[in-house]
Amino acid sequence: MDLTTIWFLLVAVLFTGYFILEGFDFGVGMLLPVLGRDDRERRVLINTIGPVWDGNEVWLITAGGAMFAAFPEWYATLFSGFYLPLLLILLALIARGVAFEYRHKRPEASWKRRWDAAIVVGSLLPAILWGVVFANILRGVPLDADHEYVGGLLDLLNPYALLGGATTLALFLTHGAVFLALKTSGDIRERAGALAVRLGAGAAVLAVAFLTWTLSIRSSAAAVVLAVGAAAALLGGLAAARVRREGWAFAGTAVAIGLAVATLFAALFPNVLPSTLDAAGTLTATNAASTPYTLKIMTWVAVIFTPIVLAYQGWTYWVFRKRIGVANIPQH
Amino acid sequence: MDALDVARWQFGVTTVYHFLFVPLTIGLSVLVAILQTMWHRTGNERYLKLTKFYGKLFLINFAMGVVTGIVQEFQFGMNWSDYSRFVGDIFGAPLAIEALVAFFLESTFIGLWIFGWDRLPKRAHLASIWAAAIGTNLSAYFILAANSFMQNPVGYRLNPDTGRAELTDFPAVLTNKVALITFPHTLAGSFLVAGSLVVAVGLWHLIRNRDSADTGAYRFATKFGSWVVLVASAAVLFTGDIQGKIMTDVQPMKMAAAEGLYTTESPASFSVLTVGSLDGSRELFAIKIPYLLSYLGTGDPNGTVHGINDLQAQYASQYGAGSYTPIIPVTYWSFRFMIAFGMAAGAIALLVLWSQRKGRTPSSRWLLRAGLAMPVLPLLANSFGWIFTEMGRQPWIVFGEMLTRNGVSRSVSLTEVLTSFTAFTLIYATLAVIEVKLLLRYARAGVPDVNEQPPIDDTTDDAERPLAFAY
Repeated sequence: MDLTTIWFLLVAVLFTGYFILEGFDFGVGMLLPVLGRDDRERRVLINTIGPVWDGNEVWLITAGGAMFAAFPEWYATLFSGFYLPLLLILLALIARGVAFEYRHKRPEASWKRRWDAAIVVGSLLPAILWGVVFANILRGVPLDADHEYVGGLLDLLNPYALLGGATTLALFLTHGAVFLALKTSGDIRERAGALAVRLGAGAAVLAVAFLTWTLSIRSSAAAVVLAVGAAAALLGGLAAARVRREGWAFAGTAVAIGLAVATLFAALFPNVLPSTLDAAGTLTATNAASTPYTLKIMTWVAVIFTPIVLAYQGWTYWVFRKRIGVANIPQH
Repeated sequence: MDALDVARWQFGVTTVYHFLFVPLTIGLSVLVAILQTMWHRTGNERYLKLTKFYGKLFLINFAMGVVTGIVQEFQFGMNWSDYSRFVGDIFGAPLAIEALVAFFLESTFIGLWIFGWDRLPKRAHLASIWAAAIGTNLSAYFILAANSFMQNPVGYRLNPDTGRAELTDFPAVLTNKVALITFPHTLAGSFLVAGSLVVAVGLWHLIRNRDSADTGAYRFATKFGSWVVLVASAAVLFTGDIQGKIMTDVQPMKMAAAEGLYTTESPASFSVLTVGSLDGSRELFAIKIPYLLSYLGTGDPNGTVHGINDLQAQYASQYGAGSYTPIIPVTYWSFRFMIAFGMAAGAIALLVLWSQRKGRTPSSRWLLRAGLAMPVLPLLANSFGWIFTEMGRQPWIVFGEMLTRNGVSRSVSLTEVLTSFTAFTLIYATLAVIEVKLLLRYARAGVPDVNEQPPIDDTTDDAERPLAFAY
């Protein structure tokens, strides 16, 4: 396998990891007013992701950095072309990240209410917009022969991309509810489990529609297998959620999101950003890539450090494996 | 005004803003780790109180550093896509490595530290803050290596077919002499901020809160912070001196611009202050120290320092017609403000130590005012340092290779950049007010009471026990 293919896979793995991990903490953020009926309950929800959300977000920073290093043309065209969606995502991530840290720093209800709003909106916007962005990557956008984006904002808001946004929204909500059922105790756990099943039904419909539409735009044998796998994992996860097997349910939604993202990348390959205009404008894993020398160095760094990162991040989840309930929330 | 101007302003504002938080994260993570280590070594509760107290201030600041950092990474692609295309082969690698090697370490272990007081064995908990501190300091190295490529491009070749810069020697990029000296200079500047904050808060409690049971803790903190500031001041001077010589070598125009030196001089004198115009035409009043600039720039009191006019002529013949001169008043004054504000913090630290000689307790209102100003001074020094080094590189985005105006995104409209610049400015200003108020509130509250909890024991049923820390 050549280096550009390896790096295409690595970028895919990084984004897949990002959506699995931050997917549930976006879900938790959005469900804050739904499952958290009072301040104590909302604190339970926030504390399920408290120790890990920041580490989850580094998956995005690493994915962006890897894209910049391995495929500078892809990074440059994508980030300048998808300007306003990415701006909104950045603003949302800023508000939400600060909100987690500052919300409990003052006792006033009005203070907490404002930060709660920041958490909800800051989780909702990226949950939708990432779907819009990735659907457009797969569908292709207007690029001229210099690989410059020549479309406008409205080009990004096509029906397929909006379905993509609705799909990631529904998947992350379900994933978040399943995660909360796994990580909380008492009443919240019951409500989260029941909600997961209802949300999951909607997510399954949207996901199947979106993946079918995806495969009709571009497809490969691997993409079809992955899409079927994603649907099966989601249904399996929901079946487990129904019978309150929370660990299995979470594994199901995690695998479903992972395989759905993998489907997009598999269908996209060897392109990385197709042009809907001039075929010469299409960016591929070859014409967008860095030199073999850069890719070789990056490969060594990735081979050495990725297992270390996975080990200590996995260990963090083990340290904070206990369920949290209202009784665990301190007064201050 | 066009998209280029706005993109430049946005980069300036978001970068200076980001670097208000980063130095505290870099410096305070290490200082908190040292305090916690002292608690482990001595068992003295005073150090635990200080760890938790300054740890809280650290975390209020940390969150801001994290979220404003993501903007920096995205911004290269969003506003500077032609720059990203040109240098991606070289510039992307340190950024990706920074994320993989440093940010994961920092953010994962900071989570373990914040929430791990009762979940981790004591030693593992201590190791967590050290791991986070190491991650933070490592990240500074990689990002400065990337920046140093823009100041002094090394380890690359220009591919004539693609018109892009290509990496040929990665170790050379990582050991760029500009990076090797900028890294310790930046760290020293960061410890200047962190030490100053420790002093300011400690001194306030020492003077305003005289009957506190924790006077001993504040007395220690004030001394500890003052020593950090003094050592950091010395390190800033020492590394800054070497940096000046390297700058004279690789970016002579920047050195000339720092001094407003128009004609080549040997020996050259250092301008302390100039009143008049800085375009070289008219000088009303100036204080100059003979030989000093030659010494700073070359190490030899009689060495030649090239002037702006000669360098401009040289670059024009080398790179084609055009201006290769930065905006002189900006570089001249930012260079002086950087030095003055940085050294002022060091001077106040000396006063604070003097006020505590032989066990005395300081009480002067003037000393308190000076002490409270302390954290602001190195923050200003850092900001002016960055303004100097980035504005001094202009008109280049990559010195000698790419002009800033050629690096901007072609597909991004003025409206889009204006929207983005306005949005970031508004959200950053709002968050700055909130952050400073929170810092003051928690700084005033003083060191917390500590009652140590044994780590959670898996063999007993403690499902109902409150967490040691919760959001």
